Amino acid sequence: MNIDLTAMPATIDLLHAGLGAIALVFFILFLVKGGNKTAAPAETQAEMPAAPEAAAKPQPVSQLKSTSPDAALQLLALLQQEARFIDFVQEDLTGFSDADVGAAARVVHEGGQKVLKEYFSLEAVRDEQEESRITLPEGFDATTVRLTGNVVGQAPFNGTLVHRGWKVAEVKLPKLAEGHDTHIVAAAEVEL
Amino acid sequence: MNQEYNHTAHYAVGIDLGTTHCVLSYVELHSDQEPAPHYVMPIPQLTTPGSVEEKSQLPSFIYQAHEAELAEGDVALPWNAHPDTIAGTLARELGSKTPIRLVSSAKSWLCHGGVDRHESFLPLNSPEEVAKVSPIEATFQYLMHMRNAWDHRFPDTPLIDQDVTITVPASFDPAARDLTAEAAQRIGFKHLTLLEEPQAAVYSWLESCSDSWRNQVSVGDIILVVDIGGGTTDLSLVAVTEDEGNLSLNRVAVGDHILLGGDNMDLALAYQVKAKLEQEGKTLAPWQIMAITHSCRDAKEILLTDPDIHNVPIVVPSRGSKLLGATLRTELTKDEVMASLVDGFFPHVGIYDHPAQQARGALKQIGLPYAQDPAILRHLAAFLCRQQAAANELLGQNESDFIKPTAILFNGGVLKAPVLAERVMTVINNWLNEAGAEQAKQLAGTDLDLAVAKGAAYYGSVRQGKGVRIRGGIASAYYVGIESAMPAIPGMAPPIQALCVAPFGMEEGSAAKGPNQEFGLIVGEPVRFRFFGSTTRREDAAGTLLDHWDPEELEELPEIQANLPVEGRRPGEIVPVELASRVTEVGTLCLEAIPFDGSAKWQVEFDVRAS
Repeated sequence: MNIDLTAMPATIDLLHAGLGAIALVFFILFLVKGGNKTAAPAETQAEMPAAPEAAAKPQPVSQLKSTSPDAALQLLALLQQEARFIDFVQEDLTGFSDADVGAAARVVHEGGQKVLKEYFSLEAVRDEQEESRITLPEGFDATTVRLTGNVVGQAPFNGTLVHRGWKVAEVKLPKLAEGHDTHIVAAAEVEL
Repeated sequence: MNQEYNHTAHYAVGIDLGTTHCVLSYVELHSDQEPAPHYVMPIPQLTTPGSVEEKSQLPSFIYQAHEAELAEGDVALPWNAHPDTIAGTLARELGSKTPIRLVSSAKSWLCHGGVDRHESFLPLNSPEEVAKVSPIEATFQYLMHMRNAWDHRFPDTPLIDQDVTITVPASFDPAARDLTAEAAQRIGFKHLTLLEEPQAAVYSWLESCSDSWRNQVSVGDIILVVDIGGGTTDLSLVAVTEDEGNLSLNRVAVGDHILLGGDNMDLALAYQVKAKLEQEGKTLAPWQIMAITHSCRDAKEILLTDPDIHNVPIVVPSRGSKLLGATLRTELTKDEVMASLVDGFFPHVGIYDHPAQQARGALKQIGLPYAQDPAILRHLAAFLCRQQAAANELLGQNESDFIKPTAILFNGGVLKAPVLAERVMTVINNWLNEAGAEQAKQLAGTDLDLAVAKGAAYYGSVRQGKGVRIRGGIASAYYVGIESAMPAIPGMAPPIQALCVAPFGMEEGSAAKGPNQEFGLIVGEPVRFRFFGSTTRREDAAGTLLDHWDPEELEELPEIQANLPVEGRRPGEIVPVELASRVTEVGTLCLEAIPFDGSAKWQVEFDVRAS
């Protein structure tokens, strides 16, 4: 009895925390490296029509911006500080019971939620219910809605809203002191 | 003097200088919008070394960092690359792991008469090499941080030129008010007023219901303000009367300074959780108890507000980088919270069930005089009984043994929990029921966390003639002790008389002087007086001489001291003076010794320095 009661929520939390952790890992990877990947296809598309004319000229170098790692490192530091994110993800989970993982997952979940709440204003891209049918009019914004499956024909498109999407309406990260070393995402702690 | 404000002040600013948090709120004085919009200023502060965030609250903590502790440049603020002081969130965070360098509760020390409040002794009991500050200096630093934040945000309208209202507990004695004003005057505020916190809450309520407040209360109503903050509980009574056909509000009584609040509740829960873990054979280090207190605060808020949640896990992560296996987990149940908070701090008590009197001897011991009885409702019962006659003068004779509030206004974060607010209402209504009186109603519409700062800012516009002003004056009569000339009897302290120097209800800007107030002061030698306050003797005029009084009528306050400088006189000469009192525009009481020969007068010090 008792084991079931404690194991149930712990497992659910493990799943949530696992999903959350993976999502955050990708988010950070995206912040650190992703900038160039997303920018690349857009650039090539834009170059397409101009290509025949420009045959004689050298190909213009695509303007890829590299993001400063400071913001990503700052976010890592915040996640570590509030949610023990690095500690958790760096740990080998084999050999630990789900109850143990669940207890640690609570720390990660509570702290991660606090970071998201405090520094980002998140809203859904679409307000409709998930799994409901929606219509995308002509000229819809392709950056906010991704089409999948049987993508043929012309807008308006009718389809099922699978995921509502997330949009960060506002980012308010702490300001950093000039010369602050952001690579130290958690300082070592020595008790005297 | 209102005209004077019009020239320089653009904003009315309210500063809630709390025991654990400071909040700054402001309104534009000459706004086109009606009502003028209210803002709470985000205060930039360090949150971790090297990072600055804006938060609506500035935690009232200072951290005295070791010179090797923080990297150069990691304490930079937007307005200063190398500030001398670390105040706010970072101070609190660093101090949670290194308490010997943390200055906290400066406000409670300000009203603690047993210490020299100008002396630098905080952090208390820390090693000698840790730099110390006085409670006044700490208060000054919090205000300075807010001034810098304001000036950084509004460079064209410096804070010192604005109409600033700083709130103080209603129960602050004249010395504590004086010291708060002293810290504020060091900042350089040109238009400063002190306002009692419960009154500020009433102003916030008035503002939130604008003109409709007149429909919510009527002549003869007595509003009880119950303000339970992080560190203190403050009580006030406001009577509703009629003045030339208009409703008017009169603050008729204030309660004692009770060092009891939300922090005590978090601690109570933490120790309960600790006991539970220890039963499971786990021993806890001090840092773990700190972490538990933190989690308990969040858990308490969830359990007290959400009726569907019956338990909340309490998790204490390990300190090292290994999170798994070393993390402690337990839970806090709704029943536990109800038992220890609702029944522990808000038990069902009778109106005659009062806290045990605290021995006054405890005043001298070092350490804050925390309330010994955690039952807030017992303190409330005692207050209502003691103030039985508070509204007699305005509303007629009260035949009952206690004053019967007809409306209740809550303030302070603790009362955000519906269970606790309901319990307070239930118990008060039980008292009223038993006495055959009607039920009191709850006045709603204020933000319990921000009402004090908002009300203080609103008070700035009230002072310019908009809206109703609460009348009150000083909430206590003050007396100096005079030892009677009588032959000494072995084993008997010489009998003492109390001379009223400041009558109850003296308003800002008024002065009082009565007969019998002549003293001989010795030039060049400090002369000390015993000093008393009474929140119940409303009839005594200045000059009234009391031969005896009930012990609960007069409360002895720390001694006061008159110091006559030698200038132009012979040391040792006895100069006849009379004592006069006045209440300054700022809102502090001022006692002066005025020589009969008409030469310069001297201020009597409330805060007597250690000799």
